Amino acid sequence: MPRVQLRQIAHARSGDKGDCANIGLIALRPEHYPALVEQVTAERVKEHMRELCRGRVERFELPNLQALNFLLYEALDGGGTVSLRTDAQGKTLSAALLRMEIEI
Amino acid sequence: MKKVVRVAAGQGFWGDDLDAPRRQVEGGPTDYLMLDYLAEVTMSILQKQYARDPQAGYARDFPQMIERGAKEIVQRGVKVVANAGGVNPETCGEAVAAALARAGYQGRMKIGVVTGDNILDRLDDLVARGIELRNMDTGEPLAAVRERVRSANAYLGAFPIAEALGQGAQIVVTGRCSDVALSLGPSIHEFGWKRDDWDQLAAGVVGGHVIECGAQATGGNCQVDWETMPDLAGIGYPILEAEPDGRFAITKHPGTGGRVTVPGVTEQLVYEIGDPRAYITPDVIADFTTIQLRQAGQDRVQFWGIEGRPATEFYKVSISYSAGFKAAGTMTYGWPDAYKKAKMADQILRTRLERLGLTFEAIHSEYVGANACHGDFLSGEPPPDLAEVTLRVGVRGSDPVAIERFTRELAPLALNGPPVVTYPSGGKPKVEEVVAYWPALIPKNEVSAAVTVWEA
Repeated sequence: MPRVQLRQIAHARSGDKGDCANIGLIALRPEHYPALVEQVTAERVKEHMRELCRGRVERFELPNLQALNFLLYEALDGGGTVSLRTDAQGKTLSAALLRMEIEI
Repeated sequence: MKKVVRVAAGQGFWGDDLDAPRRQVEGGPTDYLMLDYLAEVTMSILQKQYARDPQAGYARDFPQMIERGAKEIVQRGVKVVANAGGVNPETCGEAVAAALARAGYQGRMKIGVVTGDNILDRLDDLVARGIELRNMDTGEPLAAVRERVRSANAYLGAFPIAEALGQGAQIVVTGRCSDVALSLGPSIHEFGWKRDDWDQLAAGVVGGHVIECGAQATGGNCQVDWETMPDLAGIGYPILEAEPDGRFAITKHPGTGGRVTVPGVTEQLVYEIGDPRAYITPDVIADFTTIQLRQAGQDRVQFWGIEGRPATEFYKVSISYSAGFKAAGTMTYGWPDAYKKAKMADQILRTRLERLGLTFEAIHSEYVGANACHGDFLSGEPPPDLAEVTLRVGVRGSDPVAIERFTRELAPLALNGPPVVTYPSGGKPKVEEVVAYWPALIPKNEVSAAVTVWEA
């Protein structure tokens, strides 16, 4: 099965709530949504984002939008106003997730 | 009853495009202009201003905007709803009245002010009565940071806004309320939605969520087709076209830049949400997994099918408190071996800080141009021929003297460290106070919103 980077089949937007970041991952075409559900699990996202996210990762499904929502706990170095990072509010974490490779 | 109510968003945060509200009023039919000025950090800044001057503590941009746009607002009969009141909505309302008078529209409009969200002065009383305001994330009681609290506000809902509109207010100023309340209030007022019309209220919440971040719903910051996005310099801000049964469309004025598409709007739908089955607001719990949407023509996305559930018995409270100090500074290293040089500079800096005996709660180094956004692991080893890399180092701690000393250790690297280096003009980095957030819940019966409407 061919491997693709998520950026080829999905798009995303990320933001912050306290020290928790969310990443909404959306299939570019409905036929790719099942592969996202099957392979982009909370465990894999935690592994992929381990340098940036110190806490757990929780996943929610929005089949109506062909989207998954991930909550990344302790992912913002204390939160938007506390963080020392350039990306204190996690705005670029969406693209970090799109680096992941899956099989389709 | 109107068949469609058009709510135009003109400000996604305080600092957004100053000209957007004008374009929203003049660019086509608009019933309401909705402006969101308050981020969490804004409340603590406004509280600080209010402590120094009891006539301050609100978004001064707002009365200025009203003064500039008074003629169009009056002539077109556009109503304005804004959370510009900050920690001092009454004075903001008076400033709006003065702005209207200066523009020559004295006695032509009613102003409504919503108060009751500010619980700063009641914190000790609340805690004494057993309302502990525990941190929703950590479970700690407020006592842990009580001495350092700067502001405390409950997020009010949309019904006080609807009440002000019902009393004839044409401009409604609030303090802290849920962002979506600013656009839901008008629908409640126009359509007579009741407190238990859960599905309609949920639809209003979803529509409000789509437009509350301004042009993020119309092609701004959008990953799909960003390179071909038309006229981002003149991007149209979103307009919510609400209908009495809860259906709505998102669109923008004709002839403006950007695009309203299903992928773009979907990016905004998933922005800063938690459990999509339970998007909790003061007025209703909206279920984002029930949202149905489709492209219904150019720059127009239609929504239907949204379901809601009864609201909780609590308001969310946002409490800000002082949490130490921080500073961050940069040095830029040029080709060749820019990344290696920046790494060496970081080592030298850290050794210097150690020899000076300075300790911090946190020290964080980034290599802008190599891996600052996504980190080492995901970014991989940077190529050896990068044109330049900027070392950015930040420190955080409780001792402002140590932070201040840190800010003097960067510039010497220009003469003491690796070669091919430059650094920003304008002096050493600034020491900033860190303001942190304490999310908590308060029983609704402990907070009472008050609505005042008067002739300006």
